[in-house]
Amino acid sequence: MSEIILDRQHAPDLGLAAKARAKIRTRRATPVTQDGPWLRAILVTLAAAFLLFFLVLPLVAVFYEALRGGIATYFAALTEPDALSAIQLTLTVAAIAVPMNVLFGIAAAWAIAKFDFKGKSFLVTLIDLPFSVSPVVAGLIYVLLFGAQGLFGPFLQAHHIQVIFAIPGIVLATVFVTFPYVARELIPLMESQGTLDEEVALTLGASGWTTFWRVTLPNIKWALLYGVLLCNARAMGEFGAVSVVSGHIRGYTNTMPLHVEILYNEYNIQAAFAVASLLALLALVTLATKTLLEIYFGENLGGKARRQ
Amino acid sequence: MQVRAQNIIKRFDGGPGNAALDDVSLDVGSGELVALLGPSGSGKTTLLRVIAGLEQANSGQVFFGDEDASQKSVQERRVGFVFQNYALFKHMTIAENIAFGLEVRTRGTRPPKAEIKRRVLELLDLVQLSGLDKRRPAQLSGGQRQRVALARALAVEPKVLLLDEPFGALDAKVRRDLRRWLREIHDRTGHTTIFVTHDQDEALELADRVAVLSKGKIEQIGTPDDIYDHPATPFVHDFIGEASSLPVVARDGSFWLGAERIGLPVLGGQAGQGRLFVRPQDVVFDQAGGIPAEVVAVRRTGAARRAEIAFPALGGERVEINAPAALNFQPGETLPVRFMRGTFYPG
Repeated sequence: MSEIILDRQHAPDLGLAAKARAKIRTRRATPVTQDGPWLRAILVTLAAAFLLFFLVLPLVAVFYEALRGGIATYFAALTEPDALSAIQLTLTVAAIAVPMNVLFGIAAAWAIAKFDFKGKSFLVTLIDLPFSVSPVVAGLIYVLLFGAQGLFGPFLQAHHIQVIFAIPGIVLATVFVTFPYVARELIPLMESQGTLDEEVALTLGASGWTTFWRVTLPNIKWALLYGVLLCNARAMGEFGAVSVVSGHIRGYTNTMPLHVEILYNEYNIQAAFAVASLLALLALVTLATKTLLEIYFGENLGGKARRQ
Repeated sequence: MQVRAQNIIKRFDGGPGNAALDDVSLDVGSGELVALLGPSGSGKTTLLRVIAGLEQANSGQVFFGDEDASQKSVQERRVGFVFQNYALFKHMTIAENIAFGLEVRTRGTRPPKAEIKRRVLELLDLVQLSGLDKRRPAQLSGGQRQRVALARALAVEPKVLLLDEPFGALDAKVRRDLRRWLREIHDRTGHTTIFVTHDQDEALELADRVAVLSKGKIEQIGTPDDIYDHPATPFVHDFIGEASSLPVVARDGSFWLGAERIGLPVLGGQAGQGRLFVRPQDVVFDQAGGIPAEVVAVRRTGAARRAEIAFPALGGERVEINAPAALNFQPGETLPVRFMRGTFYPG
């Protein structure tokens, strides 16, 4: 109280100073890199509306259509033999293609990130090739190579090996299309980590193999898991390339995406959406896991390192 | 364990151009602490890495004792290597980091678990970090991490200890403390130790002998006193301590600065043109019959005052000398100076 009495004479001055300070404070609250509130509101609304129409609504539609005829019909569509066989084939193909690409991806990322050699940038370009090639073309490549009229066709026929219109073809096409996911996730992370930890391990007497298991792998494990998730999602959902090489033999070479297409073309809308809902569910689970990974292990993920 | 590097040549581009190491030989006695000192790009780290086996030399040999280690792998050489940025394994605890070298041994040679644990605690004690065994590297300060890195290197009972700019990433105060501490550890464990540094104070204070490198060659190797007091080449004189140089002529038993005679005797029958290197304390202001020099600038460097002086006969060549605080003068004045000491390099 006494202070206020003492300062009464200067009170107007103080009031002005406080106002000026408040003004400075409000100005500081909007940094130079931030736009005005109106513009922000418009941009956020635009983005939200876009996401709603193009991502959320279709997703809701899938589940809505799938469940429209009731739970019983939904499960009937999923447990029908052809559907079961499609699910089984998709899981089988992913179970073969994903581990293969994990191996290839780690090997490629290891070579590119830890060693210097001629043609390195060419190898990086090659790894990206599946991203830039249309999946249909990818499928056709295998038909041209392994089909009956293809390059290795006569040889394969003579030995009674069926590649095209059979599981091996589907696996090959899937491996091709999903090849970059693991490698692309690992390369930037491993490049930013350098070879220092490995050198330390070597000077401490560890063999190359031990070094990989005990030093390199722990350093990349979250990025690897992330890459595996993306790779798996793509492997299960791949349509174009698989469509070309599979031959659409029901109960034999039909994967889930192909099965959805067939059902849809037969106007069996609800069954089509029932199977599609499984794929959508897979996407959601992948997305959720990926987000959790990012929240808990963000700094160890490749994507983060790339952004730095 | 004695370490010898013999005629090491290392080229990074593979071509015949500038070699990172150009026919370098180095002898390090058993239990000795040797510093490799030089500016960046002088090849000091490369030499250390060649000795460790992390780099393959294009030619030359590395001996540990009488044994030729040139063809041996890093693992077989059993060196303790400490890196500049600690390089602790982030996903392991401090204890796991230190135990790593013992844990990765093959089944027959690996010590039992209890023994490894005992060794780890013993080493933590040696580097004065007892009680931190369960921490992660991220929870330690820079100085502590570097001590863990040293403990980890010592855990494998290395034949030699190699340190690459061990204190380079630390701040000045921690550096000085760790320097003294490293010397103590060395005296206690008696490992043959080679360390790389670009900090001459560190090298002169810590090492038994210092090897000064420049452009892939060893310019001089000797005790810190040798290096500082008797620099063998102009480069060493320039690099170690402060020095400036002047073009002089050795003639008739004297050095001549233009037409002025410098009162320093010529030793060993040297003659002809060359450069005279002087340290700031080697040239003094002297009213009684010195060589006239113009004071160009006066600077303050810590406790001392420095004067930059120029000799009219030589144009732009300048020399930096100590100026007593008592002496009162201004830039632009001409004062007589006397040469007390200097080192002459012909050429």
